[in-house]
Amino acid sequence: MDRLLASEHLAGWGFVSPAVILIALFGVVPIVWSVVLSFQRNNLMTPGVWIGLANYRRLMQDPLFTQSIRQTIVYTALFVPITIAGSLAIAVALNRKLIAIRLYRTAVFAPVVTSTVATAVIFLWLLDPDFGIVNAMLHHFGAAPQQFFQSTSQALFCIVAMTVWGWLGFGVIIYLAALQGVPRELLEAAEIDGATRWRAFRRVQLPLLGPTTLFLIVWLSINALQLFDEIYVTTRGGPLHATTVVVYYLYTQAFNYFHAGYATAIAYVLFLGILVLTIVELLVGRRTVHYRS
Amino acid sequence: MSVGMERIDELGGAAALAAELKTRRWHRPSGWHVLLLPVALVMAFPFVWLIVASISTLAETRTFPPSLPHGFPVQWLTNLWHNYGDAWTQAPFGTWVLNTTIVSASCVIGNLVFCSLAGYALARIRFFGNGALFLVILATIMVPFQVVMIPTLLIIKHLGLVDSLGALIAPNLVTPFGIFLLRQFFKTMPVEIEEAARIDGASRLGTLVKVVLPSMGAPLATVGIMTLLWTWNDFLWPLIAIQTPPHMTLQLGLQQFTSAHLTNWPVLMAATVMTQIPMLAIFIVAQRWFVQSLASSGVKG
Repeated sequence: MDRLLASEHLAGWGFVSPAVILIALFGVVPIVWSVVLSFQRNNLMTPGVWIGLANYRRLMQDPLFTQSIRQTIVYTALFVPITIAGSLAIAVALNRKLIAIRLYRTAVFAPVVTSTVATAVIFLWLLDPDFGIVNAMLHHFGAAPQQFFQSTSQALFCIVAMTVWGWLGFGVIIYLAALQGVPRELLEAAEIDGATRWRAFRRVQLPLLGPTTLFLIVWLSINALQLFDEIYVTTRGGPLHATTVVVYYLYTQAFNYFHAGYATAIAYVLFLGILVLTIVELLVGRRTVHYRS
Repeated sequence: MSVGMERIDELGGAAALAAELKTRRWHRPSGWHVLLLPVALVMAFPFVWLIVASISTLAETRTFPPSLPHGFPVQWLTNLWHNYGDAWTQAPFGTWVLNTTIVSASCVIGNLVFCSLAGYALARIRFFGNGALFLVILATIMVPFQVVMIPTLLIIKHLGLVDSLGALIAPNLVTPFGIFLLRQFFKTMPVEIEEAARIDGASRLGTLVKVVLPSMGAPLATVGIMTLLWTWNDFLWPLIAIQTPPHMTLQLGLQQFTSAHLTNWPVLMAATVMTQIPMLAIFIVAQRWFVQSLASSGVKG
């Protein structure tokens, strides 16, 4: 090996070594360890006991786990389409020069930098059954007061509304960035050819946004399947497990009941779910999206 | 953050959007206001109602239907003084602000330095194992946090870092996604300038620091803001790794405060406002950088 090359190897490893040590310690080792953990009975204190696939077998017969999967799917199936439709509409509206456009944009973007905990606290107050403003509005229009987070039938929908509020601005930012990349000439050409504004949007702009929409679907789904913070702060999975989603269930198994092995097995089922959903979305996307970003 | 890789190409659009956010012009009335005004009001209303509650008296938050607090402006200011003061004295907010600042600042600096070094080496230096290392980094990006959460806690325990700021800093000092992002940017830069510097006798490190990094403002800002938002707003990991109030961050502290004060809305809302002011202030000042960061990293609060 000649000297110049040796120095290149040395420089390369010198540059990456801090990152390599940290990623090995907090990325690679935990991944390997988690595989082992998911085959163990482990209470986080005493050494784990190897129990093979027992955790995974138990998962399949755990009614609360099945329920948590069902609720996670319901949540994701509502959250993702609503956020995408809403943010597309708002982004198209915001993609022009208007009076007060900066105010509009700031109002739409601000929830994005608001923490999940703060968002949850704010919505607990808005949706307070006794003194909340939403019940006051319902009262004003003659409707009966609702229990919201304290109702088994409404709590999950309140979580959807709250998280849509938190994520809309994110979708708008992504769509706006993509819309700015659509050449104006394309739309003008369509209009010269006699297309109405709506048709120009529908036939020209929307297909060009395909890759962006696909990205948002994948990205929002991944985040929706991992929902936790908002549940922890507002409902703690209740009432009567009505909002127990997969990660919340995982958390209670690990840190309330100290079933660390079982919880890690849940995490792997979640990982598998995320992978499968992402792959399906990308495959379906490939067949319907015809433009590359 | 696995899908972020497809987003790099769209940064052009993000940059255009960010640049456009700077321009300010007046234009004629438009029908779009009919859609945008209600949307903006709905989006802003939770903040307005949060602030209203934080300057109300306890009795006023316990009447139905609710209304604006009485006695503008003197009584409002008195309420504000009392509620924010109470929140500040009933919980160690000062400590939490300091803790969060230390954690966020360390992680932002750590990510900027370590991701730059690693990203540059992966993009430019042909060392043994370069390709394999890149694959390992991609693989770690794909694994959800919940999978590694418990083993990471056990490692933190072994290192003796449980319930300390170190537990929050160490695992977040470098982000695989940040390395990936910067590597992609280094790849797009013309190599000639670097070669000129190298021929002039500059070392690899000298070239990186003096020649390459100065022209990487936008991607470095992206990594910095991504890390800042992530560490400032993170909840699940502090919830697991921290047990005592002196080591809590703002988000964890706010959650604890919430469980303890759910009956005293004005003080709770004052506390919530205080935890959000720093991020909102930075966001309003540096909106275009935030937009660019969010558009290319996918990290939100």
